[in-house]
Amino acid sequence: MTMAKVKWLAPTLYIVFLMLPIYWLLNMSFKTTNEILNTFSLWPNEFTTDNYVKIFTDPTWYNGYFNSLTYVIINTVISVTVALPAAYAFSRFRFLGDKHLFFWLLTNRMAPPAVFALPFFQLYSAVGLFDTPIAVALAHCLFNIPLAVWILEGFMSGVPKQLDETAYVDGYSFWRFFIRIFLPTIAAGIGVAMFFCFMFSWVELLLAKTLTSVAAKPIAATMTRTASTAGYELGLLAAAGTLTIVPGAFVIYFVRNYIAKGFALGRV
Amino acid sequence: MSRLYRIVIPFILKPLSVPGYPFMTLEFKNVVKRVGADIHIYDTSVEFKEEEFNILLGTTLAGKTTLMQLMAGLEKPTSGEIWFNGRDVTNVSVQKRNVSMVHQTFINYPNFNVFENIASPLRVAGVAKSEITIRVEQVADLLKLSPMLGRKPSELSGGQQQRTALARALVKDADMVLLDEPLANLDYKLREELRDELPRLFKGRGCTVVYATSEPAEALLLGGYTATVHEGRISQFGKTPEVYRQPANLRTARVFSDPPINAAAVQKQAGRFALNERVSWPANGRHADMPDGTYMMAIRPHHIAPVAHGANTVDVEGTVLVTELSGSESVVHFDIDDQTWISQAHGIHPLEIGARAQFHLDIGGAMFFDLDDKLVVA
Repeated sequence: MTMAKVKWLAPTLYIVFLMLPIYWLLNMSFKTTNEILNTFSLWPNEFTTDNYVKIFTDPTWYNGYFNSLTYVIINTVISVTVALPAAYAFSRFRFLGDKHLFFWLLTNRMAPPAVFALPFFQLYSAVGLFDTPIAVALAHCLFNIPLAVWILEGFMSGVPKQLDETAYVDGYSFWRFFIRIFLPTIAAGIGVAMFFCFMFSWVELLLAKTLTSVAAKPIAATMTRTASTAGYELGLLAAAGTLTIVPGAFVIYFVRNYIAKGFALGRV
Repeated sequence: MSRLYRIVIPFILKPLSVPGYPFMTLEFKNVVKRVGADIHIYDTSVEFKEEEFNILLGTTLAGKTTLMQLMAGLEKPTSGEIWFNGRDVTNVSVQKRNVSMVHQTFINYPNFNVFENIASPLRVAGVAKSEITIRVEQVADLLKLSPMLGRKPSELSGGQQQRTALARALVKDADMVLLDEPLANLDYKLREELRDELPRLFKGRGCTVVYATSEPAEALLLGGYTATVHEGRISQFGKTPEVYRQPANLRTARVFSDPPINAAAVQKQAGRFALNERVSWPANGRHADMPDGTYMMAIRPHHIAPVAHGANTVDVEGTVLVTELSGSESVVHFDIDDQTWISQAHGIHPLEIGARAQFHLDIGGAMFFDLDDKLVVA
C-alpha cells in the first residue's frame, strides 16, 4: 500500500464529514414526521414533497422568507452605499485620527450583537420602528457597515492613486470619475462586500427575533415558533432549513472567485 | 462639422492667453510645497518653454513627481504662484487647466477598451461623436494601436498599455503634457523605440512638454531644456547640453552623471594642482588663471581610464574594488586614500580585484567648483 493509493482517502472523509449534516437535512425534508421519529433510514422510504408544498402555500411560512429577504436586501444596500464613500476616504486621504477611527470601526464587530438587543428594542419601540424590516436592517448595519468599509478599503487601496489623478487630468469631475471609472474598477470588491453583508444579515437571529413580532417576523423565528405550537413537525422544519441554505448558495456563486480575498478583507 | 470645431475651438480658448506671449510658458514664482512638517519643494522659481522638451532630471524622491503634480494642479503650492501663458493658474482646478499626464506605471481605465480609453478626455469635454472617432483613429494610427482598439488594457503588453496612455495624452490637444518617467517600466528595446518617437509625437502641437526622468543618458538623448532636481530644489535650469557641460554646482553635476561623478578636494598653489602628497600636476590652459586655493574637482568616470589617452592626463594609483565588464566597456571602481573612484572606459580591461593599478585622469575634462559650490572652470 503506497501513499499514492490512499491520497483520495483524507479529502473524501473530510467532504463526507462536511456534507453529512446537509445531506441529513435534505433527507429529512423529504420524509414524513412520522418516519423521522420512528425509523432510522438513510434515504426517504415514503418520499414526500408535502413539506415543501406547505411552505410555498402557507403565508405564515413564505412570509417568513419574504420578511427575511426584505431586511437583508435593505441592509445590504444601506451598508454598501454608506461604506463606499467611507472606504474611499480611508483609502485616499490622511486625516486626524484616521487610523484610530478605522480600527475602532472593526471593534464594533467584537461585541456579541445580543448586547445591543435591549437598547435597540427600546429605541425602536419609542420611534415606532418596532416590527418593521427597516428596524432589523438598521440594527444589522451595526456590524455590516464596518465590515463593508474594511473590505472595500482593501479593494480600493489596491487601485493606484494615479488612476484618480489621471481621471482628474482628463477632465473628470470627482463624481463622474467615481461612478464611471472607480466603481466599475472595484466591482469585484463591491460584490464581495455585498455578499458578506448579505450572509451576516441572513444568518443573524437574535436581533432579528427581538426587533420583530408579527408583521416582519423572519424565517428563523417562524421556524422556532411553529415547532412549539404544532408539536415537532420535523419534516417541515427540515424543509424550511433546506430552503434557508438556497439564497446563500445562490449569492456565493457570483463572487466565488473573490471570496478568499473577501475573507482577507480585500488585502491580498 | 469637425473642421468647424477646429476653427472655432481655438478662438474660444485662445483669449485665455494674454497678448504679448507668443510662446506658451509655464512659470513657477517662489513656489513652496510643504506637507505637514516636511518641505517637499523649497522656494522654486523657474520658467519652462513651449516647443522643446523640458526635462526634470533627478533621483527617486528628489521631488520630480511633486513638481509635476503642482504643474497639473493636482496639488496646490503652500505658497508662491504658478503662471501659465501669462495667467495666474495657482488656484485653477486640474480639470480646467487643459493638461494631460502619463505616469510611470501604465495607468489606463481598466473597464474601458483602448478606444474608450483614448476617447475619454474628448467625451468629458463634450466633443461631437464623429469628431471623436476621427481623432481617436488618427492618434491610434500614430501610436500603432489601431489593431488593439477593441481590447481591454489588461489584454495588452506593457508597451501597448503605455502607448494607450500616451495616446490619451495626445488626443486632447493639451496646452501642457506631463510625462512622469513614462519609459522607466518598459523593457530596454521598447524604451529605445518610444524614446525616439516621443519628440516627434509632440513636435508642432503647440504644447509645453515636461518630461521627468532619473537617467542622465535619457535627458541627453531627448535634448531640449533640463532642470536638475535635487532634494526638493531645482539646482539648475538651462539647455540640456549646457547643463551637462557647465553644471552650476557640484549637486547638479552629481545628478547629471551616471555612473556617479568623481569628486575630490584639490589644492592649487604656485601653478600646480595637488590631489595629495604623491599626485600633482601643472595647471595649464584654462586652469592657469584660477586663483590659488582649495577646489572641489569633479571628473566624470569616462574621463578616467586604465590606459593612457590624450596629452593632458594625470596618473594615479589605486586599489581595484569592483570591475563590471559589459560587451564594449569596463567600469572599474578603485580606491585612493579610502575614497572610491570610478573609471568608465572603452574596451575590456580585466583588472584583478585587490590589485594595485594605474589610472589616467583626463584633466581637460575636469570641472572645478569653489568652496561655495559654484562652478569656476569646466
